[in-house]
Amino acid sequence: MSIELALLLTIPVLGAAFLATVSARRWAPEANVAFSGATFLAACALTSRVIGEGSFTALGEQFFIDPFNVFLVTLTALVSFTTSLFSRPYMRIESQHGRVKPQHLRLYHSMYQLFIAAMLIALTSNNLGLVWVAMEAATLSTVLLVTLYRTPASLEAGWKYFILCSVGIAQALFGTILLYFAAERVLGGSGMTALLWTNLNEVKGQLEPAVLTLAFVFLLVGYGTKVGLAPLHNWLPDAHAEGPTPISAVLSGLLLNVAIYAVVRCKVLVEGSLQSALPSRMLMAFGLLSVVLAALFLWRQKDVKRLFAYSSIEHMGIITFAFGMGGPVANFAALLHMTVHSLTKSAIFYSVGHAAQKTGTQVIDDIRGLVTVSPTVGWGLMMGSLAILGMPPFGVFASEFLILTTAMRQEPWSTPILLLALGIAFAAVFRRVQPMVFGETTARRLPHSPALLPVFAHLAIVLLLGIYIPPYLADWYRSAANLIAGF
Amino acid sequence: MSGFSWLIQVIEVLVALLAAPLFAGWIAQCRAVLQNRTPPSIWLPYRNIRKLLAKEAVLAEHASPLFRIAPYIVFGTMICAAAIVPSLSTNLPFSNAADAIALVGLLATARVFMALAAMDVGTAFGTLGARREMMVGFLAEPALLIVIFVASLISQSTALPTIADRLATEAFALYPSLAFTAVAFALVLLAENARLPVDNPATHLELTMIHEAMLLEYSARHLALMEWSAALKLFNYACIGMALFVPWGAATTEMPTAPALILAIPVLALKLLVSGAVLAVAETAFAKLRVFRVPELLATAFLLAVLGLLVHLLLQG
Amino acid sequence: MSTLPLDMQVLNAIAALFLLLAFAMLSQRRVVTLVKLLALQAALLCAATVLLAWRTGETHLYVSALLTLLLKVLFLPWLLNRLIRQLGVYWDSEPLLQIPGTMLVGLLLVIFSFGLAQPIVALASTATRSGIGIAIAVVLLSFLTMITRRKAMSQVVGFLSMENGLFFGAMSATYGMPMIVELGVALDVLVAMLVLGVFFFQIRERFDSLDLHHLESLREDQ
Repeated sequence: MSIELALLLTIPVLGAAFLATVSARRWAPEANVAFSGATFLAACALTSRVIGEGSFTALGEQFFIDPFNVFLVTLTALVSFTTSLFSRPYMRIESQHGRVKPQHLRLYHSMYQLFIAAMLIALTSNNLGLVWVAMEAATLSTVLLVTLYRTPASLEAGWKYFILCSVGIAQALFGTILLYFAAERVLGGSGMTALLWTNLNEVKGQLEPAVLTLAFVFLLVGYGTKVGLAPLHNWLPDAHAEGPTPISAVLSGLLLNVAIYAVVRCKVLVEGSLQSALPSRMLMAFGLLSVVLAALFLWRQKDVKRLFAYSSIEHMGIITFAFGMGGPVANFAALLHMTVHSLTKSAIFYSVGHAAQKTGTQVIDDIRGLVTVSPTVGWGLMMGSLAILGMPPFGVFASEFLILTTAMRQEPWSTPILLLALGIAFAAVFRRVQPMVFGETTARRLPHSPALLPVFAHLAIVLLLGIYIPPYLADWYRSAANLIAGF
Repeated sequence: MSGFSWLIQVIEVLVALLAAPLFAGWIAQCRAVLQNRTPPSIWLPYRNIRKLLAKEAVLAEHASPLFRIAPYIVFGTMICAAAIVPSLSTNLPFSNAADAIALVGLLATARVFMALAAMDVGTAFGTLGARREMMVGFLAEPALLIVIFVASLISQSTALPTIADRLATEAFALYPSLAFTAVAFALVLLAENARLPVDNPATHLELTMIHEAMLLEYSARHLALMEWSAALKLFNYACIGMALFVPWGAATTEMPTAPALILAIPVLALKLLVSGAVLAVAETAFAKLRVFRVPELLATAFLLAVLGLLVHLLLQG
Repeated sequence: MSTLPLDMQVLNAIAALFLLLAFAMLSQRRVVTLVKLLALQAALLCAATVLLAWRTGETHLYVSALLTLLLKVLFLPWLLNRLIRQLGVYWDSEPLLQIPGTMLVGLLLVIFSFGLAQPIVALASTATRSGIGIAIAVVLLSFLTMITRRKAMSQVVGFLSMENGLFFGAMSATYGMPMIVELGVALDVLVAMLVLGVFFFQIRERFDSLDLHHLESLREDQ
């Protein structure tokens, strides 16, 4: 059993246990940062091992690391580390403003670590059943965090999140059962081996197409609910908007990625069995629908966090569409987009969080002139918005450009729809953000200085990826893309 | 189709005719005992019929010929129905002329004529009762048909005696579909025969009447025939239920001998005793449903019947 | 007419009762009765698992049956009943669709799920494969139950009934899931219910009611 993997998975669990039992409140945020930092280091070690030695399985084949999920693991560890850095001053300010009681912070910190652990297990597990269990655990650990503020809106958001995601994931369980059913006929009845993705990948040509089609439908609907694909996206704006900002950041930046990872893993299996374009078409359809719906809804948003939550739906739709198109280039672009979207969206949420704290409200019309009272928050928000909207030279432009050019080549009919939707989204977001950043201000000074290192660190990485992708990173993406395309 | 089977046929019809009022009387006795009242005599329905036959019939001024003929038609259809429902034996020559679906049609004919006659005279109660009766019938008939379909699917025939015959002589097996349809049939029986919780046969409150409202204008021999028909209808339904769900004991075509027939009589009597008592218990246990809730009850019956059908199709059981 | 062996007949009878319970839950308005029906449904599931274990000799099914018994027949109904007592939610308000209409939609869902199950039943090699259609039907009916309810507690019962249906499907199609997955799912359900308990108190604390009507105020353009 690889030591890096063991460390990676046990550190967050230990952190959760530690933060749950230790009630010293003053240095809990620092402990949170420490655990997240250690997780990040373990992830880096794991990555270097995979780059050096290639894919490997661990613990009796129950865990599997290949280029596809190791980069997601590192991304998850990185964003959770920077979010914990951001959460330190943010939650302090929140408890000083009286929005959250100190005793709830213990729950917050321990659930945060548990959430990271669940996501990492979902990413690294080879057993599809265990992936399911970890996804459900990730949802459950964040339900109580969404309702942390105990306001009516947050309770409603938490309820919708719980019910819709649980129902969705029950569909995914059914899909997993069907997969197991198909696998058992080919691989034999041993419980431990029939659900392993590596085994299924080897025999995917022999799995029954009829059963796999049905399984994929259920899996797509189930995990797609967690990705936030329209029309199953209902829970997403509420959950991302009503919870504390660090939770919005990790939900938007990380959980959606893990969900789409699960979908893509299943898609690889189903495509190998069906030899037809059905999974691709379904992914493209859901992706396009999400992009269009999100772009339209973006116009009507009055709350800044809901605005960016819909933006997440839009970008997840783009990623889904790209994975649907398939092929090495589109997959590469989708992986790149996953990375830059996570980094940018979390940076935006960090700025938005502090902006909301400064002005005391999340309503867009009440937030004005951030750049005058706090240039860092204001500029962070501006740059982040420009980045997420696909302005060059940020990385989002690069990935969207790749996706659009691939679409023009492979699926020309979708290009006008995509362009139109992206244009509408651009206008909708920009016209909201611009007055927020510039103009007369009503914001006030904060008791603690805001955490801005995470914001600019993320934006710097995104800028870098837009201009120049380091060769090892490009190779990494390329091998992952090939893996997904089935070469 | 020997002469013996024709003899059995005639005996069955006679038994139905004579035993139906007795059955009704038995149920009334059970109800009275359960409600802590002194039970009426078990021969009371006979005495009622005799009393009514002796009276002079009074008709409304603008009653059409339909009004006068309707009791005879209803009575006649009930006797025809009794001819094809196997109570003592499953070897009934008449069943070649009409199967179970035709049986439902006969019952529907009786209902239609009763309703038409009730509306004929033009009183408010008559129309009220007729409308409610048609609503109940509209909902109960599909359920009944599906119950029969399920039994037909299991026994590969739609003739009721054949169904009973095959179900009785096959090796015993648990049929969940039959269990569901039995409950559905029980609900349909309660609704179609104007029993609680759908209708109270002992009441004359206009808000709650269905069957009684249609009989308000009749007198003397017409009323006697209508009451006898109602008793016959209940008897027929009970025998249909027993043929579908507890068919053992009737003389099957394998052994249509005199001893088997003699044995079938006490078995029939026992079955009727038990079903009458169960019916009385069911009536006493449930309060009367408000009229607009009756569709819910019948929807439940329909639902259970369709479930039984689906379960049979899926599980072959 | 074919005659199946007696244990298969009993399994079929259990499957039919399972479906009937799903319909009964669809029409039930009292929350306490809903929980009892849920417990009964889980008990049927447990009985079917034990029968299947006895028939096929797969020992992990015995463990699965024990797990179902402890968690879904004993613990979860007890927890739900305790929540009902503490929160005082005994009745559901009028369902969104009238009961005969709901029943008809339910029937259509059953027919649809039987059709959906046909290709799987054709391929399955287990003796209980005819139960797959019933499992899908129960899942869809529970879904319908959840949609047509206003009280949070009834929705939760619908969700748990959906899980029961999924387990029944797993049992019919593949003689149960791998043990580790079953344990994981059981753990998830348990934790979900505990989270829910906490959640209900929060909702009740804020709204003084568990009527979901209060939780419908967030709109698209808020």
